[in-house]
Amino acid sequence: MTALRLRTELVDALIAAFVAALLALPLLGFKLTDSATGLSLDYRWPLVGYAAGAVFTGRLAIGQLRHFFGARFDRTRGQSDIYSADPGRARIMFGWALIAIALVLPWLPFADKGLVDKATLVLIYVMLGWGLNIVVGLAGLLDLGYVAFYAIGAYAYALLAKTFGISFWLCLPLAGLLAASFGILLGFPVLRLRGDYLAIVTLGFGEIIRVILQNWGEVTGGPNGINSVPRPTFFGLPFSAISPTGPTFHEFFGLPFSPVHRIYFLYYLILALALFTNIFIIRIRRLPAGRAWEALREDETACKSLGINPTLTKLAAFATGACFAGFAGSFFATRQGFISPESFSFIESAIILAVVVLGGMGSQIGIVFAALLLVGLPEWFRELEQYRMLAFGAAMVLIMLWRPRGLLASRSPTVRLGKLAEAAS
Amino acid sequence: MDYFLQQLINGATLGAIYGLIALGYTMVYGIIGMINFAHGDIYMVGAFISLIGLMVMGALGLTFIPLALFLVVLLAMIFTALYGWTVERIAYRPLRGSSRLAPLISAIGTSIFLQNYVQIAQGARAKPLPPMVRGSVDLIHTGNFQVTISYLQIMIIALTVVLMAGFTFMIRKTSLGRAQRATEQDMTMASLLGINVDRTISITFIIGASLAAVAGLMVTLYYGVIDFYIGFIAGIKAFTAAVLGGIGSLPGAMLGGFLIGLIEAFWSGYFSVAYKDVGVFAILVLVLIFRPTGLLGKPEIEKV
Amino acid sequence: MNKDTLPQRILEVERLSIRFGGLLAVNDLSFAAHDREITAIIGPNGAGKTTVFNCLTGFYKPGVGRIRLTHADGRDYLLERMDDFRIAREARVVRTFQNIRLFAGMSVLENLLVAQHAALMRASLFSVAGMLGLPSYRKAEKIAIERARHWLEKTELIAAADEAAGSLPYGAQRRLEIARAMCAEPVLLCLDEPAAGLNPHESLELNELLLAIRAETGTAILLIEHDMSVVMQISDHVIVLDHGAKIADGSPQAVRADEAVIHAYLGTPDSEDLPPDLAIGIAKAGR
Repeated sequence: MTALRLRTELVDALIAAFVAALLALPLLGFKLTDSATGLSLDYRWPLVGYAAGAVFTGRLAIGQLRHFFGARFDRTRGQSDIYSADPGRARIMFGWALIAIALVLPWLPFADKGLVDKATLVLIYVMLGWGLNIVVGLAGLLDLGYVAFYAIGAYAYALLAKTFGISFWLCLPLAGLLAASFGILLGFPVLRLRGDYLAIVTLGFGEIIRVILQNWGEVTGGPNGINSVPRPTFFGLPFSAISPTGPTFHEFFGLPFSPVHRIYFLYYLILALALFTNIFIIRIRRLPAGRAWEALREDETACKSLGINPTLTKLAAFATGACFAGFAGSFFATRQGFISPESFSFIESAIILAVVVLGGMGSQIGIVFAALLLVGLPEWFRELEQYRMLAFGAAMVLIMLWRPRGLLASRSPTVRLGKLAEAAS
Repeated sequence: MDYFLQQLINGATLGAIYGLIALGYTMVYGIIGMINFAHGDIYMVGAFISLIGLMVMGALGLTFIPLALFLVVLLAMIFTALYGWTVERIAYRPLRGSSRLAPLISAIGTSIFLQNYVQIAQGARAKPLPPMVRGSVDLIHTGNFQVTISYLQIMIIALTVVLMAGFTFMIRKTSLGRAQRATEQDMTMASLLGINVDRTISITFIIGASLAAVAGLMVTLYYGVIDFYIGFIAGIKAFTAAVLGGIGSLPGAMLGGFLIGLIEAFWSGYFSVAYKDVGVFAILVLVLIFRPTGLLGKPEIEKV
Repeated sequence: MNKDTLPQRILEVERLSIRFGGLLAVNDLSFAAHDREITAIIGPNGAGKTTVFNCLTGFYKPGVGRIRLTHADGRDYLLERMDDFRIAREARVVRTFQNIRLFAGMSVLENLLVAQHAALMRASLFSVAGMLGLPSYRKAEKIAIERARHWLEKTELIAAADEAAGSLPYGAQRRLEIARAMCAEPVLLCLDEPAAGLNPHESLELNELLLAIRAETGTAILLIEHDMSVVMQISDHVIVLDHGAKIADGSPQAVRADEAVIHAYLGTPDSEDLPPDLAIGIAKAGR
């Protein structure tokens, strides 16, 4: 039996290796080199061999692993498997533990400037993921142009703060509102569309916004973007070394000047914004609006038969999601101090969507892990810049194959009769 | 007037290329109801394989251009088809039957992977190629009133029409086409009736990828420069073409392709080059709102 | 219930027609349904029964015809002009589906709360009061949960309240769909084949449930059914459709004896393709 199995697997691996060699032949075997005299061709035959060898070994290894772990590789899990009547006490505890770690992170012994900065970046994606989760995870609307709202928030802050000198805390709601209005503007005509069509239209919208930012030079600065966006202040106290207008943060508190102050402040700022987003989602899921979103995702026809206006409900989800992207965009602008259309390309939308879907749609904690995995981890491999995105793409495919419902897909009811009965007695 | 006619010819050429890519989208969407997001990158891979093929022909000393082109078309189709087949086999087939989002995410991952794979393997800089097919015909030439069509443009449009006719024939008349249409209607029933559904879907991807390879070769020759990023925008435009024509409909994809090409050519000719993509997307949104089934698509009755 | 007062006419369908391409799915159909009555629509497969439901609930817009719904307070609604969700929310015509449509991933209780969306949404002041956790909203939610509990008890689903709707057995899913529709407080409840797929015991329980709903709330019920035991035992009024047109209309007894109905179900005497289950159904009901 095992001999037969081994033989089949060997043949299988050989075929796979042969296909890999054929695939590698044109694109890895040859290399186009452009020089002053024009294009020339280099040959890299060993690479073809390596590719075939790697696939051969990989294929055999996966076969063995699958045999070894057996049923654990079974991907097909039904709807009711991700449902748990128990709200998951362990998960709630875990959530609190994560928040506690996030709060003390900058004061941990191993924390340095770089780590806090990376954590800030991860938190931006956590917040964006939670925001998009409203649209994709709860309402089930596939939005491939989420980055457009992020861009609108960022440009809104940069322009308002720079032109009119409005403070960050006033700009934040304005940017959110503006992004939400764009959400309504786009959503109104297109939300009636079928799922996949909606995906493409939102993708197109994202590209339109980027093209406009790139070409409307008088307002957006064109491809050069906007420089010297006002940096954040601590209730009016700037984080600079000296200030002509009044005391700076370190002067006011009698501390020695350090650029670390601003980095830590930004970290806590985004942590607060992200937690606000999280609380909002937890609460709205328990309200009729949130339940209607989830019901819409489950069955739109049934929703209509119960008197729910699907267009309005979707529009609310779309606008709410856009609003949080607007908040995150404002934060991004004030953190960077510089924005350009380059930061808002389609790949950003894809990353945010990947965070939501890989995390397990609708799962708040799953999104944190996915953001750590997809955004945090690659930050440590900056040196391998070009392989980073290659691995990112491959990871998206592999995680989908392994867990099509996401890493931590699970849903527990927002209201429980059992618990109410307990409380009453 | 001469400008108008010239843009018409340019637009039709562009449209032929979009149409060929759109066929791949529309066939895959028709049969498994999924947007093959990586299809634009398959086309990009096709363009690179074509360019490498042309260079290999040059290195082998094959200077008779028609023969070289013929061989390159053949090779590009074969190798690109292999890429298409592999993508379906690895990234999509295991996800058949799971939620609608999973294959789409997998496709987006594939798209990112292919882009970066080609970038790493062939370098990020755009690859220029000196024009290979030269010469043109003056259609009208009186005074300063001049409209020309290049041999290359004639070749592109003619080849597209021939391929289109061939594939329409295949889908309508052969048993493969019948299997395809049956799978499209009801996958379970088709397999119960003895149709090899897996094979039918594989063949659909192979055909789509080989048509994209032809489009890739055309683009390489027509623009004379390609890079690893061309698949993204071309892919979206071709998808727009497929939707405009009515997704699932082969003549629709072709018609949509030509229309998108024309819109783009006229928009850049008369309005602004910078906003030409905005024009295409605006059309997409308008079509979806006012005629969601596209120009040649069949209307759907919502089953309650 | 007061048996002396004549039941009020609440639904009036006049000259309804709808065409799909070349097929005239419903052809010049007129009928009425009354308050506190159970009206059954029967007919062979493809007779256009579900299409009529889809017109009533706004999922299809009829080409010709008028559908008038009258509330007890005398307000009239012309359903053929209203959006589907408005028909449910304002005219209070609520339906179930032939192939059950539950919110499968949500709990049974949540399904029933979604059915009370409009009222809860108003109470939560479009989420503002809800977000702030104001007592006015908490009270409204409590009432909604009480209503849900009531219908869960009626449908014997109270033990499964916190389960996922999609994980319930088939018969329980059918009952849940009815409970969900009742939570939307319908004036007219439209049931599309509620007994389909139920075993004889379950379908008996369904009869009792429908009679209890009528007794308790006075809701008018319109049902499409193939199961003749359900139709003949509980309906006050039967409408028979064939090829989109009405061929009989009256009490169960009258319809059972109707020549045209027997003809439509059993075919002409020399016809060879008898639909056996229907023939047996009619025969059984006639016993």
